[in-house]
Amino acid sequence: MPLVKSGQIVEDRYVRALDDAPIPDGAPVIVQAARFLADAAELVARDAPIGVLWPNDRRVAELAPWLDELALVALHFPKFKDGRAYSQARLLREHYGYRGELRATGDVLRDQFQFLLRAGFDSFEVRKPADALVFAAAAARYSVFYQPSADGRPPALRRRLQHGGSPAVRTREAV
Amino acid sequence: MYLYDDLDRTLVAERVADFRDQVGRRLSGELTEDEFKPLRLMNGVYLQLHAYMLRISIPYGTLSSAQLRKLAHVARTYDRGYGHFTTRTNIQFHWIKLEQLPNAMADLASVGMHGMQTSGNNVRNVTTDQWAGVAPDEIEDPRIYAEVIRQHVTLHPEFSFMPRKFKIAVGSAAHDRAALRIHDLALRLHRNGAGELGFEVMVGGGLGRTPFLAKTIKPFLLKRDVLSYVEAVLRTYNQFGRRDNIWKARIKILVHDLGAEAFAKEVETEWRTIKDGPLALDNAVFAEIAGRFRYPDYVPLDDAPRALAEARRADRAFDVWFGNSVTNHKVPGYCIVTLSLKPEGGTPGDATAEQMDAIADLADRYSFGEIRVGHEQNLTLPHVAQRDLPALWRKLADIGVATPNVNLISDIISCPGLDYCSLANARSIPIAQQIASRFRDRNLARELGRLHINISGCINACGHHHVGHIGILGVEKNGEEFYQITLGGKADEDAKLGTLIGPAVPFAQVADVVEDIAAAYVELRERPDELFIDTVQRTGVEPFKERVYATR
Ligand code: SF4
Repeated sequence: MPLVKSGQIVEDRYVRALDDAPIPDGAPVIVQAARFLADAAELVARDAPIGVLWPNDRRVAELAPWLDELALVALHFPKFKDGRAYSQARLLREHYGYRGELRATGDVLRDQFQFLLRAGFDSFEVRKPADALVFAAAAARYSVFYQPSADGRPPALRRRLQHGGSPAVRTREAV
Repeated sequence: MYLYDDLDRTLVAERVADFRDQVGRRLSGELTEDEFKPLRLMNGVYLQLHAYMLRISIPYGTLSSAQLRKLAHVARTYDRGYGHFTTRTNIQFHWIKLEQLPNAMADLASVGMHGMQTSGNNVRNVTTDQWAGVAPDEIEDPRIYAEVIRQHVTLHPEFSFMPRKFKIAVGSAAHDRAALRIHDLALRLHRNGAGELGFEVMVGGGLGRTPFLAKTIKPFLLKRDVLSYVEAVLRTYNQFGRRDNIWKARIKILVHDLGAEAFAKEVETEWRTIKDGPLALDNAVFAEIAGRFRYPDYVPLDDAPRALAEARRADRAFDVWFGNSVTNHKVPGYCIVTLSLKPEGGTPGDATAEQMDAIADLADRYSFGEIRVGHEQNLTLPHVAQRDLPALWRKLADIGVATPNVNLISDIISCPGLDYCSLANARSIPIAQQIASRFRDRNLARELGRLHINISGCINACGHHHVGHIGILGVEKNGEEFYQITLGGKADEDAKLGTLIGPAVPFAQVADVVEDIAAAYVELRERPDELFIDTVQRTGVEPFKERVYATR
């Protein structure tokens, strides 16, 4: 499963220590939510980056005290149709001001790349290799957005107002 | 009429390119049907019993003549020469081939139309009063707010994969013509004690297997906060709505399970964190959107011109139609004309390509190029000069859309049912046709007065049977079609769900049962002008039930 970051396919430097698997010394590691919360103080004190794999049915508010120390939060899409992690991502970015890596895991497909980016994800464990290869094109499919979101791009409403002038005059065609 | 600018057009064009790519990948086998399904659903493409069905969004039911002509073109070129207007004020084409879908969409995009979010678990077409902008009793044109919301939720990065579909309606008149309380989220514009404009917010309405009327969770929300509040509702639903069971996934179940108060509290907490952020709207935003709605250059005209009165005296048929299909307009000398898409023997809501072209021409000539679609599956010409009515009527009659049955017993709202829909248990359209032909006597229908029949072919309730004065629901019993009858439902400002009157009846008896109900009403009503629905409310369903089941 290729990992895409900043638009590039890259090596995943994190090791996953799932369940009770031992945590390797000095290596970046991802652990599950319960384990992280149980030992958070200790885990963030390690001298290597720590990430957490967060389920989509648990409030991200629980992570709030640790967000400055977390290097990575991985949110999960059990099926791409299950869109709970989009809300979690926006809350982390926009409400809690999380700045670390925000990774999409699970059923991550090309037709969702742009939504994911806009919700604040910046790394992607892409399920199909072919999708990872066309990441850049899939992520640039749309150039107009109607709503403000975590990516900070101005929505159409604001763009119109910034351009000023009477919209009625600028509009060419009545449909 | 809302004017698209380059930004809107670019988005629709990008969407067509996106969909073309997805169809290409499906045809080449790169995508499985399973993977393709949610993508096509996001563009309004369903797989039905016989073919793919394409549903095109008609935001808040407003169409330009150019758009209606394009719909006629799509019907003719890619389908079998007709389209079906739905209770969500969209239009469906039932016979489109997958390979041709991208071209049909590109044609529609040329007039700013698309199928985005007419299916899938996202925010659907935002609907409103079909008389928005022209109704004498409205506070402000609700389409301005419907448009603000439409834009905000279009391809929303957070709310494109919610637990289930999400339907929003906006109303702004004393009389609710938008069926607000059967929506997932409804906003009613009104003034508070201080004279400020704002919305009453209702959530958790919906029909289907577990019908609920929406509950008010915020009596007054300032206009500036409308988007942040909608966002908070959607975010709460997206995170906490059930996803384990499709029948319990709509927001109505979440609101019911949590209780409206606890739900409102959850929303309120979220809303407070975002209300003063980028979603707070100032007057410049509303002005910008409002400025792109075009209103006709009405000319000063006299109300009730003499020529009209004379025409009514001279021609009884015209007078009957006038009394039935013409409504007051807020501008003197003008009126609103409803075009019945319920001719006897027809399919409720269907229009042929020829009719659509002709109506577009008539709209250009008589209604400033504008047409509306109402949730009752009729069309409206919203800006007709009263003096033009006799001429317009003749032309409407020529193309079969002047049946004077608007709001009467044969103005039936019906879903497509088993004739098209893969989810159906029973046929709906033939039931509508049988009832309409039973009451073909216009005098009899007029004698019965306002009476809404709604028919659904299964529990999904696309025909809104729960809120029909008479509701008819198709069910299956041992492989046969049966129909449950409810009475007393209504979808107006005083919305109610209908009451089941007894065991389901077989296909062949439905029209008889309706006849019995009509006869019982005539006997029970206190005065000739007591409406059917008022009689049912006064007497309850018992006397109707006795009448219907006495001999069955
Ligand atoms: S009510 Fe049932 S039969 Fe009718 S259109 Fe909806 S899903 Fe199909």
